[in-house]
Amino acid sequence: MGLTGLDIYKQLPKKNCGECGPPTCLAFAMALASGKAALESCPYVSDAAKENLGAASAPPIRLVKIGTAPNEVAIGDETVIFRHDKTFFHETGVAILVGSDLDDAALDAKIAKINDLKFERVGLKYTVNLVAIKQVGGGADEYAAFVKKVADKTSLALILMTDSADAMGKAAEAVAARKPLLYGATVENLDAMLALAKKHTVPLTIHGKDLDETAALAEKASAAGVKDVILDAGQRETAKVLVALTQCRRLAIKKKFRPLGFPTIAVTSEEDPLAEIVQASVYVAKYASIVVIKTDVKEQVLPLLTLRQNVYTDPQKPIQVEAKLNAVGAATTDSPVYVTTNFSLTYYTVEGEVSASKIPAWILSVGTDGTSVLTAWAAGKFTSESIAAAVKSSGVEEKVGHRNIIIPGYVAVLSGKLGELTGWKVLVGPREAAGIPAFAKQRFSA
Amino acid sequence: MPVEIVKERYSSKVGTITLGATKEQGGTRTHTVTVGGDSTLPFLHFEGEVPNPPVVAIEICDRVPEWNPSLLEHYRDVVGDPAAWAQKAVEYGADLIFLRLSSADPELGDSSPEKCADTVKKVLGAVGVPLIVVGSGVDDKDNIVLPAVAEAAAGENLLMGIAEQDNYKTLTAACMVHKHNIIALSPIDINICKQLNILINEMNMPLDRIVIDPSVGALGYGIEYTYSIMERIRLGALQGDRMLAMPVICGIGYEAWRAKEANAPVSDFPGWGDQKDRSILWEAVTASGFIQAGGHIIIMRHPEAVKLVKNNIKQLMAK
Repeated sequence: MGLTGLDIYKQLPKKNCGECGPPTCLAFAMALASGKAALESCPYVSDAAKENLGAASAPPIRLVKIGTAPNEVAIGDETVIFRHDKTFFHETGVAILVGSDLDDAALDAKIAKINDLKFERVGLKYTVNLVAIKQVGGGADEYAAFVKKVADKTSLALILMTDSADAMGKAAEAVAARKPLLYGATVENLDAMLALAKKHTVPLTIHGKDLDETAALAEKASAAGVKDVILDAGQRETAKVLVALTQCRRLAIKKKFRPLGFPTIAVTSEEDPLAEIVQASVYVAKYASIVVIKTDVKEQVLPLLTLRQNVYTDPQKPIQVEAKLNAVGAATTDSPVYVTTNFSLTYYTVEGEVSASKIPAWILSVGTDGTSVLTAWAAGKFTSESIAAAVKSSGVEEKVGHRNIIIPGYVAVLSGKLGELTGWKVLVGPREAAGIPAFAKQRFSA
Repeated sequence: MPVEIVKERYSSKVGTITLGATKEQGGTRTHTVTVGGDSTLPFLHFEGEVPNPPVVAIEICDRVPEWNPSLLEHYRDVVGDPAAWAQKAVEYGADLIFLRLSSADPELGDSSPEKCADTVKKVLGAVGVPLIVVGSGVDDKDNIVLPAVAEAAAGENLLMGIAEQDNYKTLTAACMVHKHNIIALSPIDINICKQLNILINEMNMPLDRIVIDPSVGALGYGIEYTYSIMERIRLGALQGDRMLAMPVICGIGYEAWRAKEANAPVSDFPGWGDQKDRSILWEAVTASGFIQAGGHIIIMRHPEAVKLVKNNIKQLMAK
């Protein structure tokens, strides 16, 4: 159970040196109690205190890393149940399943598809993170050889999936340098798997048949000195996985229950790829640190990765686009110029509607620290002055021959002053971006 | 080792609302649909009741809408005929029909209140499921169309919309007089959500006849804002805030099908893959996200997406 800040303070050196970051030992103790600092930051803490405080001061969910840079996957270290309480920190790693019964040609094709699961939308890049290599038939040597082949063909992080300690041992040996995740330890093979995880210093999945057994196995892993653990509470039905993931999260964060204070992994059970993505979307929304899926089809994976990006967006830090002039379609010197803010959502909503109007145009995004039109206006960040400055600095004066600029309807009040500052004619556009196609059609269609 | 699972204790629950009315109840529906009543977070059956599953309303329209052809083709034989369209929607598994009276828009046909009321009657005659009816979105026109609809469908216990902070009185009055339920729309803002419910309630509309529309966005277009607002609405309801304890409706189809990702052909964005599955999943994953956040009535368009979401709901309701 968690200690209070005062409990921890009693065991600190009370030097108030500030070398750990917070200015006083008491402040450091409070930060430790809330899981926001690590005991290792204190250079003077006694070994006895370390022993006493180590467990209590660890973050509620351990940060575990799989793979190697630049494709290292860091998961766990979450501190809240609801994203509105702070944010979710380490987004769900998405793993694509590969069976070891593929022949060389099929494997080549499969890995090529997986490596190509890279997406760009609204100025962000999304990728899958891991390849989960499942032993399907064959002996230990064959599995190890297959794993080696996969490792040679992809730089993504690897999950080795087999219950056989023999096969795992040979495969782990073959790709140890890649720091794969071993999946995993069960009641039957626990000791052998623990030994492998220790030998290669790689993370290990603990796979119980339910929450009780998983916690018991995880505790044994900790006792054996295996610290990088990932939990699979054994469920495969959607509602039960949801409950297991929720319980792991709640027990770790609300109760500081150490045996379950680790990242989690969920494996889909749906065979139809579309149903599988919908099932996986539940796990991405509700706390899975890794989700293993079978489909490798772009149009099916993109919606899942988009949901992940949305859920893991920090509610305190809006996503921004670069404040600059952008062309939509084949914009020319005659094309209309729209102004909006650099809040990603606002910008791409406007861009989508301008694009839908089928009339090429320029969009000038003004730097508003990623706030929307009305918020930025209220905060004095989207003003006649800031827009006028953007007009000057963006180079729009050279890009177009006309001197007309369209501002959002909500800030119609800016038009007089903006006109004076720039000498441009200010047109008041629609309030909502959805009105842009009709507005553009009426104003600008030939 | 036996793990002592964490069960939250909540002091209250989400209210229930029943839509539609059978012959015995003064309407013509073959059955009614009840939503809400949750005494926990979505699908956590171990700590509370989830007495009613989320339901899917399929959206139909009283004119030929400018929908993506890959979507419209599933309604090819019935667009333009709302009654036939409603029947098709029921075939596709609709628990409810969501009828948008777009043709009332002065720019899109300017249908008269009488014509709109007649359309609603025809749809009621064609299907047995309860109905949700919303106007064209042009306030002045909706304020004459919706009262006419409310009167013509008196006794049917419709869900009608859309009431907003600056335009709720006419619709509230019409729903009060003719005993319908009302959708209260707030712009991704929990305070305005509460405020509007209070305003509607102050006109003597009972709280158990209001449904919250928190304004949803599509996957990739701000879904996370509404997601968190909905989680907070649910927590508020469970902690006893009566002004947040209404079932929640999510207009998924409209939003998802506005997204570029649902519409762009693969030739425009080769990196995004084929448009067909992409669009279906754009709608289904948007819906799935909002079901996880606490949505009760999910408005959708594509029959394949509806099938996926109903399958997901069925799995989540399994104890």
